Amino acid sequence: MKRSTLITQATRPLLALLAAFAFTTLALLSTGVSPLDAYRLVLFGAFSTPVRLSDMIMLAAPLLLCAVGLSITFAGGLYNLGVEGQMIMGAIAAMVPLRLWPDVSPPLLWLLAALCGMAGGAFWAGLIGLLRRYAGVSEIFAGLGMNFLASGIAMYMVLGPWRRQTSASLSGTDLLPRELWWPTIDRLRLAPAAPVIALLALAVVWWALTKTRWGLEVRAVGLNPAAAGRLGVAAARRMLETLAACGALAGLAGMVQVVAVHHALIPNISSGIGLLGLLVALLARADPRWLLPVTIAFAAFTVGSIQLPLTLGIDSAIAGVLQGALVLFALATRVRKDTQAARG
Amino acid sequence: MRITVEHLTKRFGSVLANNRLTISFAAGQIHGVLGENGAGKSTLMKLLSGYMQPDEGQILFDGVPSRLCGLADALKAGVGMVHQEPLDVPAFSVLENLLCAAPRGVFSSRRAAQTALLELAERLGFAVDPAARLDQLTIGQRQQIEIMRLLLCGAQVLILDEPTTGITAAQTRALFAALRQIAAEGRTILFVSHKLEEVAELCDTVTVLRNGEVVPPGQLPMPQPQEYLLALMFGDAGASSAVYRPLPAITAPPVWELRQVTVRSGSLQIHDLNHTFAAGRIIGLAGLDGSGQQVLLRLLAGQITPERGQVLVNGRDLTGAGSLAFRQAGIEYLPADRLHDGMIGAFSLTDHFALLQRNGMIVDRRSAEELARQAIADYQIKATPITPIAALSGGNQQRAMLALVPPNARGILAEQPTRGLDVASARAIWGRLQARRDAGCCVVFASPDLDEIMEYSDEVIVCFAGRIGPPMPRALLSSGRLAELIGGVGFEALVEAV
Repeated sequence: MKRSTLITQATRPLLALLAAFAFTTLALLSTGVSPLDAYRLVLFGAFSTPVRLSDMIMLAAPLLLCAVGLSITFAGGLYNLGVEGQMIMGAIAAMVPLRLWPDVSPPLLWLLAALCGMAGGAFWAGLIGLLRRYAGVSEIFAGLGMNFLASGIAMYMVLGPWRRQTSASLSGTDLLPRELWWPTIDRLRLAPAAPVIALLALAVVWWALTKTRWGLEVRAVGLNPAAAGRLGVAAARRMLETLAACGALAGLAGMVQVVAVHHALIPNISSGIGLLGLLVALLARADPRWLLPVTIAFAAFTVGSIQLPLTLGIDSAIAGVLQGALVLFALATRVRKDTQAARG
Repeated sequence: MRITVEHLTKRFGSVLANNRLTISFAAGQIHGVLGENGAGKSTLMKLLSGYMQPDEGQILFDGVPSRLCGLADALKAGVGMVHQEPLDVPAFSVLENLLCAAPRGVFSSRRAAQTALLELAERLGFAVDPAARLDQLTIGQRQQIEIMRLLLCGAQVLILDEPTTGITAAQTRALFAALRQIAAEGRTILFVSHKLEEVAELCDTVTVLRNGEVVPPGQLPMPQPQEYLLALMFGDAGASSAVYRPLPAITAPPVWELRQVTVRSGSLQIHDLNHTFAAGRIIGLAGLDGSGQQVLLRLLAGQITPERGQVLVNGRDLTGAGSLAFRQAGIEYLPADRLHDGMIGAFSLTDHFALLQRNGMIVDRRSAEELARQAIADYQIKATPITPIAALSGGNQQRAMLALVPPNARGILAEQPTRGLDVASARAIWGRLQARRDAGCCVVFASPDLDEIMEYSDEVIVCFAGRIGPPMPRALLSSGRLAELIGGVGFEALVEAV
């Protein structure tokens, strides 16, 4: 019955949305605050002032870069949980030219830093691919392990070779010279280059996955590596390439964190953005059309919830509850759909 | 219980698997359901057993419309389906299987279940040991247990899907006797098959499906003339028979040349193999399962690397170059499991042709769709260019896989090319493979079906326990001799004679 399938197609995401909000409301009620007040902040807080809006955009840009990268690995049938580590390695690699040649003209240096960041992330992701191909390690576990390794290296750099001139501090390296910071609008923290690059990446990846032969081959490998190989696709190589491409975008996100957000290398340079990107990619089902709206929503929740401790006296982690619940319930309703589709 | 279906329709994409079927199956009878692969038999049975829900139309039990959501729901309504592969727990005993699969409250105790089982077995003439573990039983015995389980759980309607596949002749006789007894007790039996003799022997009525429709509308009483049923099932395609053509003399260089190859796969080792595979020949590999045919096919496809020796393709040494290099040299491998490693289920024919494009960075969808259209017309595939391959029937999937073989292929390796296909589909596939042979391809195929080997091979190679015999011209071979060789009788002498 065509009509009922249309209805369920529309109702399933709606159902997931309702369930996620019901769940979050329960969590809010347990703290004793008015859920309406909390939702007003979480949902709309990010849009209330120009400062918050610019913060939201500066969070959304690296988040979108990571989610876009992950949509490539999802298409290739891989779960790249190492995206966090790839972001960190990208940030470290981007720091190298910034510290070595601070006198080179900033635009050239930024280009260099971006290339280094992408290379760093791609290298880190490529190691996962090699581990998978030659040592038979699942990319999920390899990625998680490499994340720990990457944050260890970041910590070492911050406390060791790149420590502050005054005294080594966990709060990060010395700030970069002012002229190396990405230019911002007025006194806001909004550096327009960041969202522009992220949107550009989204467009390029969407085009590559849907229109190019490379994208078709990646999707074929993701669906059935054995059959793709039989039809002449270099499956192992495509898997390596998807990981490297995702790593490059995550590395670029790390570079953005350095030049546009923190202006230094800090141990927690990735700030969980990579993992949040995984949630975005899962919820958007790696569908390029959904990546941007979901990214903006998730960034808005995170920025909006920062005001919760100040105004309502509850922890900002409620944004994480909402984001997690959304993904969980969306997956749950999808599984039902998938099992029904598999039967039909 | 009488089953009636009215205007039952099920679509997969744009393919109508069941098109407004209206049939009635009376109680107390055995009803045959005939049709070639892809005719819609399996879909109808899946709809009746609650495995899938119809898009339109309804199912009535004794005149009461009902909606079945799943196998358990159907069994509660009295419909039990016996699948080709038994759905049971192999590590459990017969009795444990019965207990864990029965709905709550059917049996009051283990003892009651055992008594009921033994009583029923006696009535149906089955020999059963309630304590036996299922993985030690044959497929035929497991099928008997499955039938008894369904009956004990209250099934008034039994659906059997190709039940005589893989069971012995004695078990078939026992099955038929039991089915007659079950029908005589007033239950309804649906017997799905494409074996005409069995339907003629067993069934009271027959329903023929073709292209998702009942032809002619409604049931036919049995017996019916066999030619008439064949014509109904296949249309005119069933009438034409395979044509033998004289073999052209071979001038082209051999497609494969094996020089002192030793290869190992699992526990099987093939020693010192020297063979050439000529262009323009169909070579059948005969042998019991696991005698070395699969290893040989995978060796020729470049999927396994020999421990010693050389593999030459078109005169070029490709030893250890990998399956991609073999493919680029014009070698095409067609696996038996079409969806597992043959094609990508979620992709359409257009997607597959796009995947085969080798030049240009951008996918040329229009030319891919053009190729897909051409393939659909040429190979008579029942699909649109954008139907996902997984939604096609087995025969259509096989045709699609053949259509994807590039025109410049030099060697085709086919593992059971007609597995699961009916006579007409198999003939169509072979017509295509023969056309490839005539165009100068070397076709090497393995098949467990001796008739297929005898009918289509130009040369036959017998594999026995990891040893590969010399190629023998088909014309010098009889079925009896081939059967003997497969069993190892006279195999030594044959190898030594060369």
